[in-house]
Amino acid sequence: MAEIELRHIDKHFGPVHVIRDVSLAVKDREFVVFLGPSGCGKTTTLRAIAGLEEIDSGDILLDGKPIQNLRAADRDIAFVFQNYALYPHFTVYENLAFPLRAVGTPKAEVDETVRSVARSLEITHLLRARPSALSGGDMQRVAIGRALVRRPKALLLDEPIGSLDAKLRETMRMELKRLHIENGSTSIYVTHDQVEAMSLADRIVVMNEGILQQVGTPSEVYLYPANLFVAQFIGSPVMNIAPARIRSEGDEALVALDEASFTLPRDLLGMLEQKKAGEDLSLGIRPEGVLVSREPQPGYRPAVAHIIQPFGGFDIVDLKFGEQTLRARTTAGFVDKASTQVYARLDPVQAHFFDSKSGASLGIRLGN
Amino acid sequence: MARIRLENISKTFGNFTAVEDLDLDVNDGEFFVLLGPTGAGKSTTLRMIAGLEKPTVGRIYINEVDVNEWGPAERDVALVLQQYSLYPRLTVRDNLSFPLRSRIRRMSEPEIEKRIEYASKTLRIGHLLDRKTDRLSGGEMQRVSIGRAIVREPRVFLMDEPLSALDAKLREALRSELKDLQMRLGATFIFVTHDQVEAMTMGDRIAVMNHGRIVQVGRPQEVYTNPRNTFVASFVGSPAINLLNGRIVGNGAVMDESFQLPLAGPAANEGAYTFGIRPEDVAVESGAPVEARVHDIENHGIEKIVTLRVGDHLLRAAVPARVNVAVEDQVRFGWNPSKVMLFDAQTGVNLRHQAA
Repeated sequence: MAEIELRHIDKHFGPVHVIRDVSLAVKDREFVVFLGPSGCGKTTTLRAIAGLEEIDSGDILLDGKPIQNLRAADRDIAFVFQNYALYPHFTVYENLAFPLRAVGTPKAEVDETVRSVARSLEITHLLRARPSALSGGDMQRVAIGRALVRRPKALLLDEPIGSLDAKLRETMRMELKRLHIENGSTSIYVTHDQVEAMSLADRIVVMNEGILQQVGTPSEVYLYPANLFVAQFIGSPVMNIAPARIRSEGDEALVALDEASFTLPRDLLGMLEQKKAGEDLSLGIRPEGVLVSREPQPGYRPAVAHIIQPFGGFDIVDLKFGEQTLRARTTAGFVDKASTQVYARLDPVQAHFFDSKSGASLGIRLGN
Repeated sequence: MARIRLENISKTFGNFTAVEDLDLDVNDGEFFVLLGPTGAGKSTTLRMIAGLEKPTVGRIYINEVDVNEWGPAERDVALVLQQYSLYPRLTVRDNLSFPLRSRIRRMSEPEIEKRIEYASKTLRIGHLLDRKTDRLSGGEMQRVSIGRAIVREPRVFLMDEPLSALDAKLREALRSELKDLQMRLGATFIFVTHDQVEAMTMGDRIAVMNHGRIVQVGRPQEVYTNPRNTFVASFVGSPAINLLNGRIVGNGAVMDESFQLPLAGPAANEGAYTFGIRPEDVAVESGAPVEARVHDIENHGIEKIVTLRVGDHLLRAAVPARVNVAVEDQVRFGWNPSKVMLFDAQTGVNLRHQAA
């Protein structure tokens, strides 16, 4: 049982307001990921929960009890660092045993726990090695093992796989997820990598400049981003965003971007009115929402293909409408070379509308 | 304007062979990528082209002229590194003009001005010209170091992991900027990276390297759909290809006792093989031939990557985001038989390459 609650947390580093009134409830057994660019306050928040940083005001509760005044060692929370922080002169076995020996655990119990944790992380064959002989992935497995031996109420991880290469990160992602499913400890994980966040999280907490931008499941933050920041931080390649002027034309709504106009269902006009939307609007559309045709079709606008980025299973194609660029996702090889003339329209279901000034999403969702 | 040709190049450091029997032909105006894991020999290859290392054996030609005995400056190539190596006390403008003011060049002030203006416009750093470089962000610093290469108007741009130190969002933006820049300049780029996404999305052609040797050279889509061996197959593509050890029996692929799947057309001889299938060619659907448990689910927004567990095997499938599955669910899967790659069980070589 471990629920973590943050109530109105504030923290300054000198003149810099690094955490601004952050409130959040993490459920028992939940895997929550703090996601944001460097300097957004995610690591400071994590360290505050662990007791490695003090907060200026607010409450941190573990299972309903305030812990912000407890020392880190008394919080029953384990912390995994990006740089592993293993003892170089100890073997893997001794590294794993250390937290248990430090609190006077009987020898037999130490041995049993170390071996069982090593088994679950598949590092039994490494128990007699020293950290310097390990690969990056194995070092991080040991660091996670050392966090788990004490069976902490909660596990906090600060970019634990950020320094590993891309292939190993993919493997470690799955291992971490399985480990969490098996031992079920409440986990908070910090990363700047949205793929990691999307892949691992039960819920993602998106942060920027010390402020919570949105809390939601991976699908929610991807499909219903609350503002322009979330819309552009989640998803790769990035969502297309362009200032838009919207007016009625015939039976449809005409969305004029700088150099290209697209038609969308007329319902859009009523929705904008209902939301009391101002003039200053931005359209957001993910690359998969820009539909491309090689032949002219009703509702499709002419465009010229520019850079084509093959990813193997699909391509990302930059479409030029005059000076305006929209990025589209197509099947592999759909547009065979730059400068090809193609046609494109916007998928209404995937169109997002934002207030350009505040950045807030208007929450408009069109049907087909 | 430059075509680069490497002929039978080897490089040893003491007992260690960094590069072995390397042949390479990079066309004028090509964006050519050297891709491989750490220690593959790609940076050493680049440094030999730059003239910073001398090959132990073999010859390097620029526009068919043997440049083996030429120093780096004479080769007229520009090298951009992962570390920016800018002069921290100088402004961006002075950093850009520095290489032009060398005595050998004797370049006129108006010419220097012209080149700085062109480079800063191309890289959109005009507003930073009077700023000291220690006040720049990582992305801005990398743009300036590329700018310092552009002003020299070199015959070739050599880049060693220039994006690796940047965060994911910035890397994504600079990827297309660099590709766009190369297309506009029409220059020859040789680009070293360990990141297959960079290689796939920017390269006209990719040379995949491992243990000091070139394993395969090809266009991105070729390398992806027709990898030479299991190393290339699993190095290129994310999520990684599924590689399954099994046997061909009749017209089917049999994975030990666990399961079997159909193969397309006239299969190879019966016997042991490694079967390769990319996640997007594995389908999870009710009528499919094999039963499995869901081991893991990764939400990637537009799609989900589902890891399936059957016997001792783990297989990844890319499924549309709307497919509703949970961990430990029982599901059925199949594969697209026409997309299955066959690799020799011993050597790992793709049968299609063996025949050729």
